[in-house]
Amino acid sequence: QVSAALKEGRVTPTELCQRCLSLIKSTKFLNAYITVAEETALKQAEESEKRYGRGQPLGVLDGIPVAVKDNFNTAGIETTCASNMLKGYISPYNATVVQKLLDQGAVLLGKTNLDEFAMGSGSTDGVFGPVRNPWSYSRQYKEKSVPNSHSDDEESNWVITGGSSGGSAAAVSSFTCFAALGSDTGGSTRNPAAHCGVVGLKPTYGLISRHGLIPLVNSMDVPGILTRCVDDAAVVLGALAGHDPKDSTTIQDNFKPFELPNLTDVSKLSIGIPKEYHAPGLSSEILSLWSKAADLFKNAGAKVIEVSLPHTRYSIVCYHVLCTAEVASNMARFDGLEYGHRSDMNKSTESMYAATRREGFNDVVRGRILSGNYFLLKQNYENYFIKAQKVRRLIANDFVKVFGSGVDILLTPTTLSDAVPYMEFIKEDNRTRSAQDDILTQAANMAGLPAINVPTGLSERGLPVGLQFIGQSFQEKQLLTVAKWFEKQVEFPKIQLEVKRHDHSAFQHQKSASFS
Amino acid sequence: WVPVVGLEIHAQISSNSKLFSGSQVQFAAPPNSLVSFFDASLPGTLPVLNRRCVEAAVMTGLALNCSINKKSLFDRKHYFYADLPAGYQITQQRVPIAVNGSLSYSLCIDNKMSQMVTKTVRIKQIQLEQDSGKSLHDDTRSQTLVDLNRAAIVENLLSLYMEVVMEPDMCCGEEAAAAVRELQLILQTLGSSQAVMAEGQLRVDANVSVHHPGEHYGVRTEVKNINSIRFLAKAVDYEIQRQIEELENGGTILNETRAFDSKLGCTVPMRDKEGKQDYRFMPEPNLPPLILYDAKSLPANMNHQQVVNIDWIHERLPDLPSVKRAKLVEQYGILPEHSFTLLNEDGLTEFFENVVKQTQMKPKKVIGWILNDLLSYLKQHSLTVEESPVSSVLLADLLNLLEKKEISSTAAKQVLAELWKGEGKTPLEIVKEKKLELIQDQKELEQICQAVIDGQENEVMAIKAGNQKVLNKLIGLVQRETQGRSSPVLVKQLLEKKLSE
Repeated sequence: QVSAALKEGRVTPTELCQRCLSLIKSTKFLNAYITVAEETALKQAEESEKRYGRGQPLGVLDGIPVAVKDNFNTAGIETTCASNMLKGYISPYNATVVQKLLDQGAVLLGKTNLDEFAMGSGSTDGVFGPVRNPWSYSRQYKEKSVPNSHSDDEESNWVITGGSSGGSAAAVSSFTCFAALGSDTGGSTRNPAAHCGVVGLKPTYGLISRHGLIPLVNSMDVPGILTRCVDDAAVVLGALAGHDPKDSTTIQDNFKPFELPNLTDVSKLSIGIPKEYHAPGLSSEILSLWSKAADLFKNAGAKVIEVSLPHTRYSIVCYHVLCTAEVASNMARFDGLEYGHRSDMNKSTESMYAATRREGFNDVVRGRILSGNYFLLKQNYENYFIKAQKVRRLIANDFVKVFGSGVDILLTPTTLSDAVPYMEFIKEDNRTRSAQDDILTQAANMAGLPAINVPTGLSERGLPVGLQFIGQSFQEKQLLTVAKWFEKQVEFPKIQLEVKRHDHSAFQHQKSASFS
Repeated sequence: WVPVVGLEIHAQISSNSKLFSGSQVQFAAPPNSLVSFFDASLPGTLPVLNRRCVEAAVMTGLALNCSINKKSLFDRKHYFYADLPAGYQITQQRVPIAVNGSLSYSLCIDNKMSQMVTKTVRIKQIQLEQDSGKSLHDDTRSQTLVDLNRAAIVENLLSLYMEVVMEPDMCCGEEAAAAVRELQLILQTLGSSQAVMAEGQLRVDANVSVHHPGEHYGVRTEVKNINSIRFLAKAVDYEIQRQIEELENGGTILNETRAFDSKLGCTVPMRDKEGKQDYRFMPEPNLPPLILYDAKSLPANMNHQQVVNIDWIHERLPDLPSVKRAKLVEQYGILPEHSFTLLNEDGLTEFFENVVKQTQMKPKKVIGWILNDLLSYLKQHSLTVEESPVSSVLLADLLNLLEKKEISSTAAKQVLAELWKGEGKTPLEIVKEKKLELIQDQKELEQICQAVIDGQENEVMAIKAGNQKVLNKLIGLVQRETQGRSSPVLVKQLLEKKLSE
């Protein structure tokens, strides 16, 4: 819609950009952005405006304000990964996906907040502080929350965004941008998408280039797409997907961007409901929503069957071994010598490395490095790493079998519950939380499959709940088509954000939500 | 005592771009000037395999009679060191690109070029590896790192190389040196590496141990920091000796790494690596298995530009040094040891062949001029064949004059000496200038001979009395008279004829 508006001249890119920048300022308390690139964004908007003036926009994304998670390299703009290790680090190059967005004329507003080095499921463990879920400030949430004796219960009651791409999810959810890039290794795009009521797409591994994405687990990471509707996600996917010679794990085949058809007849569809996803800890609300969704498909004529992915319960442990091993390896380059933080300790190389890494990394990162190195020791390699790889193969095969038996798409919950208040979340440590929260999203990363969170409804507390569709490798078109149909059916409500502007007048935000 | 020597040779692959990223490689460039994003291990960059390097490794593998693994894998080898910015090195620990080959090399027995013997060393494997950058420090690591500013710290020319592992089939420094020399020639012939040790394109580490015949192999040490083939022989021999002495004195050999000190000519223990390192090998997740094809396995619809075809490469292998040498011997009738010298000197074979083409002199004779006169002159003045002031054309001209008997061989040497000055004169011009032509006029020669005979009554009598040796004096006198412009053979004939009259 916004794209059409730009084309028709009803709004200009500069106006759009300025509005978003202003909104970012008003919503600063959300802590969604680490860096706001005001100057460059306005310049990009200006350029875009010129193109529209000539009647030559680069495409649907021309002039559209976007945000990018702070673990993607952006030339000239700080990239920190929310870590002391990279504070002040200005990369000389753009990640491929960033470059592609810019090449399409998108306006890069800034870098969004995350868990340090994308390790976490709450976006609470970065050095710039936690991200607040915009829904904490929504009328829907406030109406449902128990009145507190505290007068500013907003301050103590706010809920988390989920993670680790919480900043991106919050940015999209609060209308400060129209699309954002996240990353997804164990659910890091889908989890915050569910908690923030936005669409979160994890593409098939190998479809989108990882060049420039600071890696967590190279064999599972993918760039994730966060938007307010499924059509938008398809547009962004179209701009980003395709072979990149700089990333040897991208597929060679030509990718053709597609427009999503408006599906009306789902009778030929076979939806699988994996029973193992009825995980311990799954809230009854979500269970009920999941069930209703299944019925929705059934009533519309689709075939809905229960399926089994028997190795699901091993995925957490398997993920833990493989993830920490790769983390230990990927973090080895942070030694303070050429970039990033360097300690003042200078007695010897080793002591400098050690001090730099202790000062630069938080506990979560250090913990994973130690675990990972342990698993990679010669005496442990066979029993842990190799075994985990074998289990990974089994998990992936579960999906192959199920899809091979005629199921087109799987329908599962995305999270175990709606967003918890920050004060409650931090009572458990990062590792425990990650292990709990990743259970529903992780297996898709293990198997490299595409998956998408579609906001489905509001919980009793007035917070978003989403459901997840998992598709077959490189069948994003089918996945998104089904997701779009579902999105239409559920009519997820728009957030009624109550935000105090800096001139201290409250206002409600109900602008057009999407750009396509 | 039986010494046992194995080698690990790291050859920098010569190509326009490096193994995993797009940077140019140049020796001794200012620090960080040739660093691409991947080299500096900037976060978020990914390794990309360079097709040219894969081809280079396949070529080398084929030339060394190896089996090429159609599927090979890449791993990460982790350790922390200043010249390893990523904290790990990408290598092929599990399944390298080529295995089980052999290299034949020759060496002279007793330093006499006339007796050459051929030996073989087994090639265990060839693996593709990412090289680490050179650090700017030597021993005082900590000091260097702190004193220099960050930009200058790591001369981060991440280069790529092939590691060629030679089994411990060699027994002394000479063999090791000969094997490396032959490998160097092969690499240069293939073009897969320029393999110049002085420029860091070829690095050799030697594994040395000794044992008594019939017993198990002894503990081995690794010797590093060897900067030339000559030093390789010295280092190996020194280490063998050191180990023998140590053991004979009742000591033990530690499984350690030692550095060769070229100034002192000995090996010294290197910095302690703090016990055995666990490299925590892990598959490199960003590089899928490397698949190579041959004519049989190549899928029909695949773009041949995108794949590496082993058979295609095999068909295009140039003649290896051993083949080249055999051809030279057969074609020109020169001795095998001559062919070695020809190949050992850059451009010399070509020079030789050019001269042969342009002269009537037989190659067997030409080779003498090439190896004795030309080469020794070049060596004396530290010149390469390319830099020779005497071109093949000039030399051919000169040899033609000699062949046509227009000058004597002594005169020819004189002319050559003039040619070295590089003043642009042709041999003919020099001959005319210095009046070095052989006297062609028989009568004139006879007159001079007669004159000498007439002037040396005593000597003539002695000769007629049977003392042949005095004839040489007469020949010498004639030579002096003619200022060397007479053929000694002809003079002798004439004198003898006259004296017998």
